[in-house]
Amino acid sequence: MLAPGEGHDGFVAAFRAALAGGALPDGVTAVGEAEQRFAVYRNNVAHSLTEALARRFPVVARLVGEEFFRAMARVFLAQHPPASPVLLDWGAAFPGFLEGFPPVAGLPYLPDVAQIERARGLAYHAVDALPVRPAAVAGARSPEVLRLVLHPSVSLIAAAWPVVSIWAANQPGADLGSMRAQGPEVALILRDRALEVPVRALPPGDAALVAALLEGQTLGLAAARAQVAEPGHDPAAVLGYLMGAGAIIGVEEAA
Amino acid sequence: MSVRHLPAAPGLGFKPEHFAAIRSTRPDLGFFEVHAENYMGAGGVPHAQLRALREEYALSLHGVGLSIGGAGRLDAEHLARLKRLCAIYEPESFSEHLAWSSHGGDYLNDLLPLPYTPETLGIVCDHIDEVQAVLGRRMLLENPSTYVLFAQSTLSETDFLAEVARRTGCGLLLDVNNVFVSATNHRADPRAYLAAFPLAAVGELHLGGHAEEALPSGPLLIDAHGAPVADPVWTLYAEVLARTGPLPTLIEWDNDVPELPVLMEEAAQAGALLDGAEVRHARAG
Repeated sequence: MLAPGEGHDGFVAAFRAALAGGALPDGVTAVGEAEQRFAVYRNNVAHSLTEALARRFPVVARLVGEEFFRAMARVFLAQHPPASPVLLDWGAAFPGFLEGFPPVAGLPYLPDVAQIERARGLAYHAVDALPVRPAAVAGARSPEVLRLVLHPSVSLIAAAWPVVSIWAANQPGADLGSMRAQGPEVALILRDRALEVPVRALPPGDAALVAALLEGQTLGLAAARAQVAEPGHDPAAVLGYLMGAGAIIGVEEAA
Repeated sequence: MSVRHLPAAPGLGFKPEHFAAIRSTRPDLGFFEVHAENYMGAGGVPHAQLRALREEYALSLHGVGLSIGGAGRLDAEHLARLKRLCAIYEPESFSEHLAWSSHGGDYLNDLLPLPYTPETLGIVCDHIDEVQAVLGRRMLLENPSTYVLFAQSTLSETDFLAEVARRTGCGLLLDVNNVFVSATNHRADPRAYLAAFPLAAVGELHLGGHAEEALPSGPLLIDAHGAPVADPVWTLYAEVLARTGPLPTLIEWDNDVPELPVLMEEAAQAGALLDGAEVRHARAG
């Protein structure tokens, strides 16, 4: 380790190495049990970051159990420490980490659940934007030239597993016995007018329509894609949901 | 309305779970304090709540992530985020810690200690000069709670803080619980520490609860912010007020947060001591 002679930079580097389990930095003194007293710092760092991760990914934590999550968080922390004091930005790497973490290979849906929780975090903190009034859409021109601008909190997660059902069954107070879903689900995540962040499973037509709107396509093209994904699709329900949630923030005419 | 200073009254750390109770009961408090880093998202609930709170109460913005005691340069992006928050909410006070929390681009999420030397004094003063220049305001620097000491230190913590305040013009945030925690951990006398503390620079006081572990060499106190303020800390607080007169006083309770009324009882206890200090000072004056 670095000697105290190397100044504050050397001190901080040695302290950091000791936090990660290395020997105590030169010069540490205590009235006794220096290791145990220094361990308060080790515990604070590991515990506070583990708690922060568990707050961002509560369903992942619930699915693997508290003790397992704590141990897994230590591994994740060592590989992906936060790069900023703004911890609400932290965790982008967690779904990918889960995908490559052999001990959770038996829960193949876990990375997708983590994606939903990550998207919910982003939606919760997304920039504020005022919804349009219903009249703005009702009074608009032909869907062929109409573009609906969605709220910055809106995102879709297409999963190979019934992740919305899994997510919903693991909410506080949910009835686990009610989970019967099988097969892939597409999750729609947004922040609604009450500033809450619901997660909703979309049928294929709705999912294709929202995906096209997120790409900036016209409502006409979005509806056409929904027809391809789900013949006979009626866009009214999903558009009503978006409007009701305050997730449509602009109505533009394509050039 | 432009209140420039926190009122010399009790304040609470704002917890989102108390928002509805605060809005419906409008508790009689001098101010709320928030951790700046929790309001660095773009929008949504945190900002909606803080805007509403700000309309009715004085605000103390308390940073936990600037790493003022760190070895490298301050994180310019983070400083810019703090500047933005100050511009939006115009807090009556901005405070940070005598500690470091980042190293080599990684954030460690704890307030870590530093040796007190002429070198670290220069670093901390440079960092505070930069913060005050960028924010365009005077900041308060908080004394830490510590669990070990460093043989490298050539200055006492109180001399270090006094010199920082003198050189940079910053104010100090005196955390009375931290004084008690550190003194107990290092088998030192908290009253000797307070006697040496540059009280004239203090702009705010912190009170919080600590946890205790028994070790063979003596108790290990941990600044856990998950319990009521301990009796010896109340006594030290009253002794500080006797010397300073009333000062803005925060009750910190960040873990295992109880219902609002429990925090209001702590605030009321601080309020009673503040009232007493006011009477004494009025007589003395």
